[in-house]
Amino acid sequence: MNIVVCVKQTPDTAATVTVENGKVSWGDAPLVINPWDEFAVEQALRTREAHGGKVIALCVGPEVAREALKHALAMGCDEAVLVSDPGLLAGDSLVISKVLAAAIEKIGAVDLAFFGRQAVDSDTGVTPAQVARRLGWPALTLVAAVTALDPASKTISVDRALDEGRQQIKSPLPAVVSVTKQICEPRYPSFMGIRKASKATIPVWSAADVGLTSIPAAGLSWLEVFAPPKVETKVEMITGDTVDAVAAKLAARLLEAKVL
Amino acid sequence: MATNVFVYIDHFNGQAVGAAWEIVGAARKTADALGTGVTAVVIGQGIAGLADEAIQHGADDARVAEDAKLKDFRVEPYASALSKILKDAAAEVLLLPTTARTRELAAVVAVDLETGVVPDLVGLEVKDGKVVGTRPIYAGKVMERVVVSAKPQIFLIRSRIFPKPEAQAGKKGTVTKVEAATGESKTEVLGYKATEVGVSLTDAAVIVSGGRGVSVNPKLTPPAEITDEHQKEVWRAQQGFALIRELATVLNAAVGASRAAVDAGYVPYANQVGQTGKVVSPDVYVACGVSGAIQHLAGMRTSKTIVAINKDPEAPIFKVARFGIVGDLFDVVPALTRELKTKMGK
Amino acid sequence: MVQQMVRDFAQREVAPFIKEWDRRQAMDAAILPRMGELGLLGICIPGRLGGQGMDYISLGLACEELEAVDTSLRVAMSVHLGLNSLGLLQWGTDEQQRTFLEPQARGEKLAGFCLTEPGAGSDVAALAASARRAGSDYILNGEKMWISLASRADHFLWFGRTNPEAADPHDGLSAFVLEANRPGVTRGDIHGKLGIRAGSTGWVHCQDVHVPASLRLGEEGEGFKIAMACLDGGRYTVAAGATGLIRACLEASLRYAGQRQAFGRDVGQFQLVQHKIAGMVQSYDTARLLYLRAGWMKNEGRRNTRETSLAKWFATEASFGAASEALQIHGAYGYSDEYDVERYLRNARGAMLYEGTSEIHELMQAGYALGLRRDASLRRELPAFVPERDPAMGNGGRRTPSL
Repeated sequence: MNIVVCVKQTPDTAATVTVENGKVSWGDAPLVINPWDEFAVEQALRTREAHGGKVIALCVGPEVAREALKHALAMGCDEAVLVSDPGLLAGDSLVISKVLAAAIEKIGAVDLAFFGRQAVDSDTGVTPAQVARRLGWPALTLVAAVTALDPASKTISVDRALDEGRQQIKSPLPAVVSVTKQICEPRYPSFMGIRKASKATIPVWSAADVGLTSIPAAGLSWLEVFAPPKVETKVEMITGDTVDAVAAKLAARLLEAKVL
Repeated sequence: MATNVFVYIDHFNGQAVGAAWEIVGAARKTADALGTGVTAVVIGQGIAGLADEAIQHGADDARVAEDAKLKDFRVEPYASALSKILKDAAAEVLLLPTTARTRELAAVVAVDLETGVVPDLVGLEVKDGKVVGTRPIYAGKVMERVVVSAKPQIFLIRSRIFPKPEAQAGKKGTVTKVEAATGESKTEVLGYKATEVGVSLTDAAVIVSGGRGVSVNPKLTPPAEITDEHQKEVWRAQQGFALIRELATVLNAAVGASRAAVDAGYVPYANQVGQTGKVVSPDVYVACGVSGAIQHLAGMRTSKTIVAINKDPEAPIFKVARFGIVGDLFDVVPALTRELKTKMGK
Repeated sequence: MVQQMVRDFAQREVAPFIKEWDRRQAMDAAILPRMGELGLLGICIPGRLGGQGMDYISLGLACEELEAVDTSLRVAMSVHLGLNSLGLLQWGTDEQQRTFLEPQARGEKLAGFCLTEPGAGSDVAALAASARRAGSDYILNGEKMWISLASRADHFLWFGRTNPEAADPHDGLSAFVLEANRPGVTRGDIHGKLGIRAGSTGWVHCQDVHVPASLRLGEEGEGFKIAMACLDGGRYTVAAGATGLIRACLEASLRYAGQRQAFGRDVGQFQLVQHKIAGMVQSYDTARLLYLRAGWMKNEGRRNTRETSLAKWFATEASFGAASEALQIHGAYGYSDEYDVERYLRNARGAMLYEGTSEIHELMQAGYALGLRRDASLRRELPAFVPERDPAMGNGGRRTPSL
């Protein structure tokens, strides 16, 4: 099977993110592979282990995003490709999905494209479905489990985590699959993987290399970023001599303040 | 009236989702500001009645696309049908609630119509003739204001941000049946397994949540059959959650949990509140044994009133709470349940 | 990437539970096998011997990350890899390496180091344990004490006296590979340590244990030299680990200083608190450079006894100081086990005692400086780091990133 897994590089989720001079800043916090994408890489690797084939990690980002691809290689992906172009830096999902779809077509004969469900910086979760639409493939988003996969008959069945419950859906391949945390537990990069990844050469494609003669306009325009208003609550600590007294006091306050 | 603001009515099992009418209300406000009208869009099978409900809640008219192929939600045929409706009407704005279905639906429609899509709005206003959406990024550590430069401007709004409009029983409007241009559908829905039990978290006005602290009660002795340490912890947690459920019953509340509690196996994922669980915005959020980690706050920060019960006086949750009790939830929660039961006459 | 990987493992699979393990004086039984699975227990053993083929600096980095969560994790690395496995790598025959080092490197077997006795710690030459030659065997007798992983290890490097008549008692000692399941070997745990309570520490008793001569490590009479060479490996991991402990103290202090308020300000704004924090920064950077230098020298195949001793002495003393200051910064909360700093303090204190007391190292350094002590060449050297060709990709462990 020819499997692609799309990864993004984001700041570490533990980073203190602030707004400085009208721009988002994460200080010295490291840039890492988007945590959701680790689940996607793991699922791609398990698919290869079960059905054979190759896993190619794909990323659209600046040069430094190479490190995210190295993490994917260290986990066990066979190859990695970076699509990097200064014109893409301001792109929204409309742009990025076009580039990803074009790159997947350039890679050619791909059976499955895995994504993490969302990126922890933009938190939109729309790119996987958009890439699928552009490729003309079914979009299977929020997949919590792959229940069946038959490369011979080119079908896949999955459980999707919707708000009301799990939807079981069957689809032909090729397809786009975005995964949730429930799908698997990602492996740590092995030491050998780390060594191989640090020595690996990762090809860099420009927008033109994937067939885009011009970069499409973004559909969004960002007006501003700002820090969320500080929640100016001065907590009212309820105290008392006994638990019952404290509970009674809180109940009274809640009803008094018309909270309940 | 020519209308340019479209609102998609998301539904499941024949019912509109809890936030559906809130979004109709938001569409109404938006249309009024733009000097235009609101058209509700209903897509599916056997759900034409939702069109009338949408009109009663504020839409001027509705388009309904029904087809056997649309019986179960699948993004490709739903998106094709919706894209065509929007294209034919040269829609200016499309509003939707934020659900798992609508996120991918809107994403695909955005590609069909080569426009932008903005999900998870916590604020929406009209400025200089354009819709401006406010949404959280970086798990709510930063907020952004975004506009869509192309047409239609597609925005998905979070639950409980806009008030639910009153239904006006007598209100009428034109319901137009349109051909469902579903296109080719390759996927097949095999079935559903419901996981929601009780009051839905995203719709609830009151939520009582348990965190990792719910398992910490050395006074409780698990039954002798349970020998594994982790299982003992889970058993204790279940006793704790039983207390939380009792309080929730008295308050007609939904039961939530922090990621720590879900990861530890105390409650299923469906109860998880947080950046990667459900994002909620109730009137009251009672956090029991919840430390208040950033990821959890990202999921409930917009709650109007937060009440925190925690043994640790330094727990971050006290920084966002309006009322706080430092104490053992195993003592405080049942006492609170008793007090509220009496005071609220239940 | 190595540092990040070990940090992720320690933070996710150990950190949430360590307080509990420390309280009940026992680590989760699955953690050491897990470390074996991830390749940590053989990180710097060549691939052809079942290890991960990383360099000695990677060993140091891994130890720094492990001890930043808890010393007990790093102690396991110290005895299994630093003392025992590197000892086998330096001194073992091909057969001994195949039989013992390979499974240890793969994490299939756990290894310990039996040198210290109830009556002999710093004074290694006073070892009482005996290894009497009898035909093609040696018969081992003696009690070993303060042995990490005593009750859990499968193999030990065990030291005893083969020649009670030797003119210089240092020359009367020999080293052996001792399998824990040999008849006559008994062992047990010691509880009640001040620190490293999640770690397994115990005693190992040999009562007429027969060991074939093929399991003697090195030549008869080489035992003392072998023990000292092994300590170069063990001390290195202690130095790196203590560096991690300093960092943990620093990070805890920075967090607390930014949260706790007194007199209307964050306590981090007071100069006396800043003094303590600056001290920790100085300690951390210095300790780090010292162990990295030692690691680099090991990579180059250079003798590094002095540099490793210096790194261990400095880092362990500094980590105790850092932990004490960190506790002070935390005030009363530092005195409670609700916060980690009291555990750091209790853990740090032990490192000034094992793998050479601080006093031993101080005397060593003065000895080197005054020319009273010189490193003689050894019959066998620890191999320099040689990058190997990598076979097909392996399969790492599994875990859940933070979301």
